[in-house]
Amino acid sequence: MEIDPFIFRLSIFILSIFVGYFVVWSVTPSLHTPLMSVTNAISSVIIVGAIIASFSSLDGSSISFSNILGFVAVTLAAINIFGGFLVTQRMLRMYKKKKK
Amino acid sequence: MSANLSSVLFLITGILFILALRGLSSPETSRMGNFFGITGMILAIVVSILSVDIFFSNLIYFIIALSIGGILGGIIAFKIPMTAMPQLVAGFHSLVGLAAVLVAISAYYSPDSFGLGTFQNIKTASIIEMGLGVSIGAITFTGSIIAFMKLQGLMSGSPITFPGQHYLNALLGILIISLISYLIINQSTQIFWLLIITSLLIGFLIIIPIGGADMPVVISMLNSYSGWAAAGIGFTLENTALIITGALVGSSGAILSYIMCKGMNRSFLNVILGGFGTDSTSSVSSKEKTEHKPVKSGNAEDAAFLMKNASSVIIVPGYGMAVAQAQHALREMVDKLKKNDVKVSYAIHPVAGRMPGHMNVLLAEANVPYDEVFELDNINNDFANTDVAYVIGANDVTNPVAKTDPKSPIFGMPVLDVEKCKSVLFVKRGMSPGYAGVDNELFYRDNTLMLFADAKKMTEDIVKHLD
Repeated sequence: MEIDPFIFRLSIFILSIFVGYFVVWSVTPSLHTPLMSVTNAISSVIIVGAIIASFSSLDGSSISFSNILGFVAVTLAAINIFGGFLVTQRMLRMYKKKKK
Repeated sequence: MSANLSSVLFLITGILFILALRGLSSPETSRMGNFFGITGMILAIVVSILSVDIFFSNLIYFIIALSIGGILGGIIAFKIPMTAMPQLVAGFHSLVGLAAVLVAISAYYSPDSFGLGTFQNIKTASIIEMGLGVSIGAITFTGSIIAFMKLQGLMSGSPITFPGQHYLNALLGILIISLISYLIINQSTQIFWLLIITSLLIGFLIIIPIGGADMPVVISMLNSYSGWAAAGIGFTLENTALIITGALVGSSGAILSYIMCKGMNRSFLNVILGGFGTDSTSSVSSKEKTEHKPVKSGNAEDAAFLMKNASSVIIVPGYGMAVAQAQHALREMVDKLKKNDVKVSYAIHPVAGRMPGHMNVLLAEANVPYDEVFELDNINNDFANTDVAYVIGANDVTNPVAKTDPKSPIFGMPVLDVEKCKSVLFVKRGMSPGYAGVDNELFYRDNTLMLFADAKKMTEDIVKHLD
């Protein structure tokens, strides 16, 4: 019997939760704010869905409701991607060690 | 690009994101981690562009959308003051939620372009995943907007409660599950939109009863939700990068919520049900007590004298420091003390501030080296061997009542043992109790000197007297 591809995706999902669990516990508490801003930035990888939506059967002559939603979603995700990574970068640059 | 190749590249995106989080295990590796994250994101965008059938001329629309968002995001990232990070993160969460909702609606109306079937005839598994994604996305969206408004001061931070609130929420929760199940049989637009509207409503309702100082939990929780929403969409679109990222972000937010709850010794459920610190009787009785008990108060000169002659000082910053923007003055004070050969360190309580790690960022911004800043567990034993504790903008997290009075609402909460220092300097504007509505026993101790002033003004005055 063939395995439903859904099971593979579910396996990836569950293993990723475990990876996330261990990786996040190893994050030093002083970097919890950058952790939140960077997880925010990476969750904007939802832009891949927005890209499909933007270009779905877009032939240049007519733009569908789905396409418009797609472009709006691309804009929102882009705010998050640029904003999230840049503000994380800005914060991380401030963490300095004691001058010896 | 072939589907197999793009899948492998999306997997690499996921791995780069894992490395991005892994980098945050220490400040030295963190910048490299952020670079991995950015690389992963660029890879994901390029792969998706190459995977869809597009007319080249339409790419311009995409570039315009990306540029508008990019410029806005860039401006926000550079302009935002560090004290406003909590509301920024809440605002960003709402965007992830809304983007998830928009993608799901788009997929619902044009399932053929996503390979999910035809309109109102979407594959069963896909419609369930889509329903879950759109629902969690909508909850994240409205919930984050309320959190943003509370943090930004656009609405009162005090809990909003009304009779039957929990029953209403439970009812709406059941309605959402029923609607998602009903979508399996009937994919009509009415059901789909009703699901979105119900989810938007419940997102709003679950955040309004939660008070200002519980915001660290709320932000972490919404962080988690935005991840689960992304994962839901990832399952719908059968996209590995989204599934992995959603799982990472979801578990990250869940862990942070757990750490924050533990920092307050409250169960997650207790925070979510809200209404903490509204018990009017307890605050009335504490006011009465305040009027009777004697308090020693001093001025900047006394404080400067005490600290200059100490051999060690521990600074305990809290949200009040952020509100007063006192972090730079504080740093100046510490520099002067160090010149006088005073050993200075900082003690951070897990729930100090309005989001996890908030105080650390503010201190880093004021050029405080991160190796002088300690977490509760690592510094709590040092108070007993320290001459002076300088408490600035913190209150409940220093209250010894949490260790002694089982009847107190904050009993069992881990607190910083500042009272073990030889003397405690407590900067505060007045005698009002902290967020929990509990009177701080520390104020009446013999070794406590109250400094009644704005945190920034007092610190600046102390700096003057240290010369």
